[in-house]
Parts: sequence; C-alpha cells; structure tokens
Amino acid sequence: MGLDRRSFLKALGFAGATIAIGKSFGAPQMKESDIEFYGILYDSYRCGGCQSCEIACAEAHGLPKPIDEPKIGVQRKTDETRRVVVNSYKTSKGEVYIRKQCMHCNEPACAAACLTQAMHKTKEGPVIWRGSKCMGCRYCMVSCPFDIPKFEYYSANPKIQKCDMCYDRIMKGGIPICVEICPAEAIIFGKRKDLIKEARKRILENPTVYVDEIYGEHEAGGTGFLYLTPNPINELGFSTSIQKSSYPELSKGFLFSVPTVFVLLPPILLGIYEATRNNQLKEGDENE
Amino acid sequence: MKMSNMIYPIAKDNDGKSIWKFLVGEFKPKGKLLTPFNIISLPIMLLGLVLIIIRFWKGIGSITNLTQEVPWGLWIGFDVVTGVAFAGGAYVLTFMVYILNMHKYHSIIRITVLNGFLAYVFYAGALLLDLGRPWNVINPIIGNNFGTSSVLFLVAWHFLLYMIAQLIEFSPTIAEWLGAKRARKILSGMTIATVIFGITLSTLHQSGLGALYLMAKDKIHPLWYSEFIPIMFFISSIFAGLSMVIFEGTISQKVFFNQISEKNHRTHDDILHGLSKICSVAMFAYFFLKVIVFIHGKHWQYINTSMGYWYLLEILGFVLLPMLLFFSSYRTRNIFMIKLASIITILGIIINRLNVTVIGFRWDVDIRYVPSWMEFVVTLTVIFTELWIFRWVVNRMPVLRESPSWVNEEK
Repeated sequence: MGLDRRSFLKALGFAGATIAIGKSFGAPQMKESDIEFYGILYDSYRCGGCQSCEIACAEAHGLPKPIDEPKIGVQRKTDETRRVVVNSYKTSKGEVYIRKQCMHCNEPACAAACLTQAMHKTKEGPVIWRGSKCMGCRYCMVSCPFDIPKFEYYSANPKIQKCDMCYDRIMKGGIPICVEICPAEAIIFGKRKDLIKEARKRILENPTVYVDEIYGEHEAGGTGFLYLTPNPINELGFSTSIQKSSYPELSKGFLFSVPTVFVLLPPILLGIYEATRNNQLKEGDENE
Repeated sequence: MKMSNMIYPIAKDNDGKSIWKFLVGEFKPKGKLLTPFNIISLPIMLLGLVLIIIRFWKGIGSITNLTQEVPWGLWIGFDVVTGVAFAGGAYVLTFMVYILNMHKYHSIIRITVLNGFLAYVFYAGALLLDLGRPWNVINPIIGNNFGTSSVLFLVAWHFLLYMIAQLIEFSPTIAEWLGAKRARKILSGMTIATVIFGITLSTLHQSGLGALYLMAKDKIHPLWYSEFIPIMFFISSIFAGLSMVIFEGTISQKVFFNQISEKNHRTHDDILHGLSKICSVAMFAYFFLKVIVFIHGKHWQYINTSMGYWYLLEILGFVLLPMLLFFSSYRTRNIFMIKLASIITILGIIINRLNVTVIGFRWDVDIRYVPSWMEFVVTLTVIFTELWIFRWVVNRMPVLRESPSWVNEEK
C-alpha cells in the first residue's frame, strides 16, 4: 500500500478549505469603546411589582396572560410561556422587586454557541432568535449562564422563547413594550453608555437608596440589561457565580487551537508514516 | 483460500451475473431467526419505534424528562458523548496500523473501522431525535448560517467529514464483497490520505465534545469542570476506544467464530496483550492529568461531600484500578484480567461522560433530571439497530474473514 500522493494532496486541500471557512473562528468580539448597543436600565427601587410589563409582554408576543403574582419566598421563573417575570424579595430595606428576563449580553454565550447563528446578537444590541435557522439543538440553553433561552418541549415545531427587547419595535423606531407600559418609569430604554451614566448619577444622588453597583455593567463581560438595586445582589436571587469576563472567552482557546492542529498534525502523521515504512516491509516479509 | 471463491460467486465472474440478483440475495436473512438476541432486541426496537413516532408527533417533552435547566439528557450525554468515545478505537488503531505500521493489529482493523463508522452513523442519527427542529439540520452545512464561533459547529462538521473518511477507509471491504476489482484498487489507494485526515478530525472532535461544555462553567460540578476537559476527553477516548476493541473483539471471537481464520484466532490473545499495554499508558497519562487538575483547582473542600465520594469512586475505582489491572496483566499475560479491566474501563467512561453531561450538570437545581424509561428504550433501540446492521455486514462482507483470493493475486 504505497502513498498515493495525489489523494493525499487532495486531503490536504480539503483541510485547507476547512481552515479557510474557519477564518473567523473565535467569539464575536467588540472593544468596550465600540459598543453603542441599546439597552434597558431597571431601577428596582422604583418598581412596585405591578406586573404591567409581564402582561404587556405576554399580549404583545401572543403568550398566555400571567396568572400568579410575585410572592416573597417564591421564585417565579421565565419559561416557554413567559419571557419576563417579576419576583419579590424580603430584605433589610423592605420588600424589593426584581425583574428577570434575557440580559442581552455584549458577547452572548448563546449566540457564540449557536451553530447556525439562529441566536443572534444584533448590531443594535438585542439578542434575537431566528426560527428559520434554528435546528433546536438547545446548545444555547446549555451555554447561557443566566438560564434564559426556554424551549417548547411539548411542540412538534418547537420555538426558543426569550425576551428579544422587542426588536421589531426598535427597528421601527419604537421602544420595548415593557418600557412603554411601565407606570412607575422603573425601566428606561436607551444607549447602554447613557444608561450607565444615568445609573451612576442616581447612585451618586441617592447613596443611601442604592448600593454602589450596577449589575450588568461587567457581569458576563457586560450586559444590555442593567440593574440598579437597593441591596447587594446576592440578597436578590441573582446567581453569584457569574464571571466578569465574557463566556465565549472560555471556549476561545480551544477554537484557536483547531487550525493549528489541522496544519501541524497531518504532516507529523505523514512523517511518522514515512519513517516507519521500513517496518512494514520487514514484517511483510515475515508474514507473506 | 479456495473457500473464498465459493463465498464470493460474483467476485469470480461478476461480468456474467446480475448485481441486483446478488444484492437481493444478500438482503435475505442468514442464519436462525429465533436467537436469544433477536428475541430480546426485536420487541424493544418495535417499542422504540412507537416512542420515536410519539416524539415527533407530540414533542420531545412527551417522552423525555428534560427540563428547562437541563436541556441535554441521556440522548446527548450517553448516545452521543459516551458513544463517540467508544468509537475512538478506530482512529487509534488506524494510527497504529497504517501510520506506525504495527502489522500485528492488521487483522482487527476492518472490524474496528466498521464499528467506528456504524457508531458515528447511529449516534448522528440519535442526535436527530434530540433536535427540536431536525429539518433545519442541514443549515450549518449549507450555510444558513455558519456559526463559526460555535464549538458545536466544529463538532458537526468534523462528524460529517469523519463519517465520510471512515466510509472510504472501510470501502475496500465493500468493493471486495461486490467483486469490484477496479474500485477496490482506487479506494485502497486512498487509505493513507483518509487515515491521516481521519486521525486529525478525530483528535479535534473527541476533544471538541468536551469543549462543548466549556461555556457551561457555572453549571457543571467543580470536580468535573476544568479548562482541560477537551484534553481529558481526548486522552480518555484512546483507552475508551481500545477497551471497546478488547471487549467487542472478545464477543466477536465467539459470535463469528467460524469466520475467523485459524491464524487470526491464535494471534488474538497477542493483540489483546499489546492493547492492554497501550491502555495502561494512556490511562496513566489521564490519571496524572486528573490529579494535577484536582490539586491546581484546589478542590479539597468538595471531597467530603456525596459528590466528592462519587468523584473518588470514579477516579480510584474506574481509572486507577483498571489501569493497574491492565499493567499487571500485561506483565503476567493474563488475558482474563485484560478483559475484566476493559469492562471496568468501559463502565468508568460511561460514568465519567455522564458525570460531566448529566449527573454533575446542574447538580444544584431543585428538580433533578432523571431520564424517563422511554429515553432508555429509545437509546436501546439505537444500539440494537446498530448491532443488527453490524451483524448483517459482518456476515456478508470480508470483515473478519479473509479477503477473496483475487485481492492477493493482484498484488
């Protein structure tokens, strides 16, 4: 069995093509200064837990109306029938309401995980889901550190449900329905940069009301949804294990090693093959 | 050698005989129908088929216990992630035989590659059952869109390409079966190139399966999560694959006894002996890496918990113990011990892969995911169907038995 040089070169060419496809391997990257994403600032001090945002969201997206209310000690979770929930927490500063929905990360793990870019970080900021591309593998759910994408397990044509910051409304020059409807102005919509400035201003003006921290400024590499809270976040049902750097960063090292392996391993294997060829001839003599 | 002319009628004079007549004849079952294996597997496969129909009709949730927190269960954790590790024997053996020219192992290369190929085809098939929108499965292939930042994108492509590579590696056997002399010559000429390509792909997707879980950092128990998951998956696939070769080889020797030549029967123990040495070395590297990761990760505080005991059992009982068994039986040439060690190793790999993907995944949530009995039935259906096809191929093609005589005449 001699080496067929032609077919080997063919194989190498194939490998080359794979590398060419993989030119953009690695997480979608953006410098902090470039980010002009839209975002939402949520001020839990102003939120009265009225659920207007939940009801409006459900109506706007054809989902069932919420039937339960925020209750202390009960963790309501987003699922395939609701994209946003408001929970209530008992703290040293009284009852505090906290909304939970997609965080619209600057570098979302779900979008980096998606092999068809069905989960997509738009250049405007919202992370949206595109059904025509999605194959329902649920890798976005495995990867999302906030456990946000939800899957319709009881459907033959299942969708991934999650907040999309009312992307279609934004594209028409509008604002998200929950922001529009909120009677307490607890949520405001705008450029992420401006929202951070606004949050800082509020903290500075009312240092006794807010903790000196904007949840979402650095979490998971920065998120589009920002929280102002009167209590440290670990008292408010947030996961405390969320890392400050982005999650796609975690698999970058592996993805970068792929072209290297593709370039280096075949010649090494070929070299070993050539070097051990004599063995084959000798052993072949013994056997035949 | 005269025998083979009788077994391969069309190999001798395929010019005169209709190939369709031959193929139709080959699709008829050979041997007894009421074997214990058939009696057990057939009802399970039929039940599995019904469950699969329900799944496509009523959604994945109708037969699985998957939750919003644990979206990947038994079908991914066992069928795909564990199964592919067991299929690793193919790339390790093609490396040994074609690249290192270790001629001793040549007699088991075909059955190992066949095993690897079928494993991949069926695990890719099992993957389709787990996809919510399987009709979109071609999207990452046709470019609607390329999610090149996704480890899964990489794994999907490597799976596809590796299945093609394995088919080409196996194709000379098919050509011998059909008596296609010219095709056989062309296809076997491609072997080295496809082997090199295949080994490269295997390296990447064996580790890639581990890399899938890199972003799930906060969800996997710290004793099993580390940035070295890809490397550990790769190293363990070496001895997982070889242990499966030892295990399967032992069964094949019994089931397909009459197909194996006298000479290959005699060398089989010698092969197991050689494989046990490679297993023990690979397992030592793996164990060493595990210890380093453990110490580096400063995981001492987790040891005195139930998950910690489970971890110790995996590392000591299912890595260190079989490693020592492999090592000592290599010294003493104890074939029984080698087979025993391979079975313990196989169990250990199942435990390890499930620990990363299912048992240690979201170990902190209130409602734990436990697979439903229907998920087990579907898993068994996939495995049994694979074994049926495997048996069909081995009974017809020169996988275990000698190639037809015209192959040697041509040399």
